[in-house]
Amino acid sequence: MNSSAFKDTLLLVVFATAILTMPIWLKPFGAAYPDLMQRFAIYGLFAIGFNILFGLTGYLSFGHAAFLGVGSYAAVWSFKLLTMNVLPAVFFGVIVAGFFAYLIGFISLRRSGIYFSILTLAFAQMCYNLAYSVLTPITNGETGLQLTLDDPRVLDAQAAAGSIPGTTLFGIPMTGITGFYFCAVVLIIGFFISMRIFNSPFGMMLKAIKSNQNRMSYTGFNTRPYLIWAFVISGMYAGLAGSLLAVTDPLAGAERMQWTASGEVVLMTILGGAGTLVGPFLGAGLIKYFENIFSSFNEQILHEAFAALPDGLENALVGLTSLFVGEGWHLTLGLLFMVIVIFLPGGIMEGVRRIGSLFTRSGSKAKSESSTAPEAR
Amino acid sequence: MDNVVFHVADVHKSFAGLHALSDIDLSVTEGETHAIIGPNGAGKSTLLNVCIGRLKPDSGSVVFDGNTLTGKKPHEINQLGVVRVFQTPEIFPDLTLLENVMVPCLAKRDGSFKLNWFKSFRGEKSIRDHAVETLVDVGLESQVGSHASNLSRGDKRRLELAMGLAQKPKLLLLDEPTAGMARHDTNATIDLLKRIKATGMTKVIIEHDMHVVFSLADRISVLAGGRIIAQGTPDEVKGNPKVVEAYLGEEQV
Ligand SMILES: Nc1ncnc2c1ncn2[C@@H]1O[C@H](COP(=O)(O)OP(=O)(O)O)[C@@H](O)[C@H]1O
Ligand SMILES: [Mg+2]
Repeated sequence: MNSSAFKDTLLLVVFATAILTMPIWLKPFGAAYPDLMQRFAIYGLFAIGFNILFGLTGYLSFGHAAFLGVGSYAAVWSFKLLTMNVLPAVFFGVIVAGFFAYLIGFISLRRSGIYFSILTLAFAQMCYNLAYSVLTPITNGETGLQLTLDDPRVLDAQAAAGSIPGTTLFGIPMTGITGFYFCAVVLIIGFFISMRIFNSPFGMMLKAIKSNQNRMSYTGFNTRPYLIWAFVISGMYAGLAGSLLAVTDPLAGAERMQWTASGEVVLMTILGGAGTLVGPFLGAGLIKYFENIFSSFNEQILHEAFAALPDGLENALVGLTSLFVGEGWHLTLGLLFMVIVIFLPGGIMEGVRRIGSLFTRSGSKAKSESSTAPEAR
Repeated sequence: MDNVVFHVADVHKSFAGLHALSDIDLSVTEGETHAIIGPNGAGKSTLLNVCIGRLKPDSGSVVFDGNTLTGKKPHEINQLGVVRVFQTPEIFPDLTLLENVMVPCLAKRDGSFKLNWFKSFRGEKSIRDHAVETLVDVGLESQVGSHASNLSRGDKRRLELAMGLAQKPKLLLLDEPTAGMARHDTNATIDLLKRIKATGMTKVIIEHDMHVVFSLADRISVLAGGRIIAQGTPDEVKGNPKVVEAYLGEEQV
């Protein structure tokens, strides 16, 4: 028991160190700039929260982007009405998203399996459409919700006239690397909480529900509140991620709620390894990293890359590869996803485990060989 | 001194015209071990399904300890102390044996729901010790840390028995607990059930093995075609010509 507590602490320390030193070790990968690292942290949180529902209970939601969007809107409204301080914005993002998750979860969790997934998808699409139609007074429709000069911001001192203030943490501006460190600290806290949940009796109940839900009822558990709480907690993580998106860039648009965004967090979680602690974060980081690289390529860069080749061949190659980059990056993502699901159904973490066991096996083999050698003599 | 704690009154259940249960009346007194025997398809498992809320009876009621079970949800029935061990093992295949037994202990201690998310599951020392003890009781102590999906069918049944016993039920419903077990495991299970009987736990046990029935049961109900055709002490039932016709005609004892 003590050794497992030690392992948990070690994992947390390693995770925190890795996150906080990202500006250093991501340099060789060309990813050490705040904007991208923030996205790693934010989508990492999104996936870590999603994993509490999907990884532990096996209930696959296709609507979690709705909570991300709701979190963004709530945060921007906090910036508009109350203050540019990020803490209330994050607080409201989490609470409002949690409330939405409760409503949607309450209904969707009447079903399980594919019916549950479809219900969540339908609700998320409803939120998306409402944001564009009936709810435009709240969401500002297609333009998206933005800060304006005549926002009240009742808690803030009168700002200099004629300029829109930036987000702050008690006066510290949340721009550049400071913004990243804020997200990083929130991510570490989110990871810690997820770790506690995984190791808690509550987490064990969720795993048991995934393993045999019927058995849980005959064992005396009311599985419904367990599932609703798992749904709400993962919705709150999504709201947290959404509010952080607003912290780094204070505007919110309905496109964040689109079903492709919901699908993306599913991919992140499965790619990294559903049901593992670190996997979802790795999946999120990897997808955001490759998205950044692949979607920045355009035809001109491709032409330069293949310039040495004869013209006909160059054009053909550019035509082919341009399908997979820029706007077509999702095609690459789809291929990557298929490869992982077919060859590594447990995601990156299964790959890590396999490599690990390869080492320990060959290690113990070497040991047993060296120990049998003297006997042979 | 007949203190009836468990009473099945006038239960009917049919599946699309098939009368699986008709006119079932059954009283079990405190501390009694009541055996239900009968040919395959007689409705024995269906009767237990009605008792634990998996099925709703068409009419009639089931009462335990002053509480009407009919209409209650399965988890509410379990929380009243009624525990069932299934005919086909219902376990948590993805969890370890220890976890499989610790989970029911938590249901007993914390009730049907508790948002206990910050404590450590592994740190639940008293629950853990009790689970290990129960696993020792059923003879699975050597596999405490392995995954339940790796067990043989007989061992899965013993694991489920441990999951039930760990809850210290007031009423234990066993559905053919020794089916699929090797002879010496069957004997070990009989010994275990005798020890449980000595603690005064009320039990209803469905069993095919007459050796098991006659070594454990205080009273026996014989079910055939969804009806109870005979009821009484083992000796009374043994000599009943209706039983010989309905039951023993099918299989030689
Ligand atoms: N859920 C169900 N739906 C339809 N028929 C059922 C169902 N459960 C049991 N039966 C039928 O009821 C009868 C009694 O079954 P059961 O109680 O399992 O018998 P046994 O005495 O062998 O345990 C059988 O004919 C079975 O096919
Ligand atoms: Mg049966």
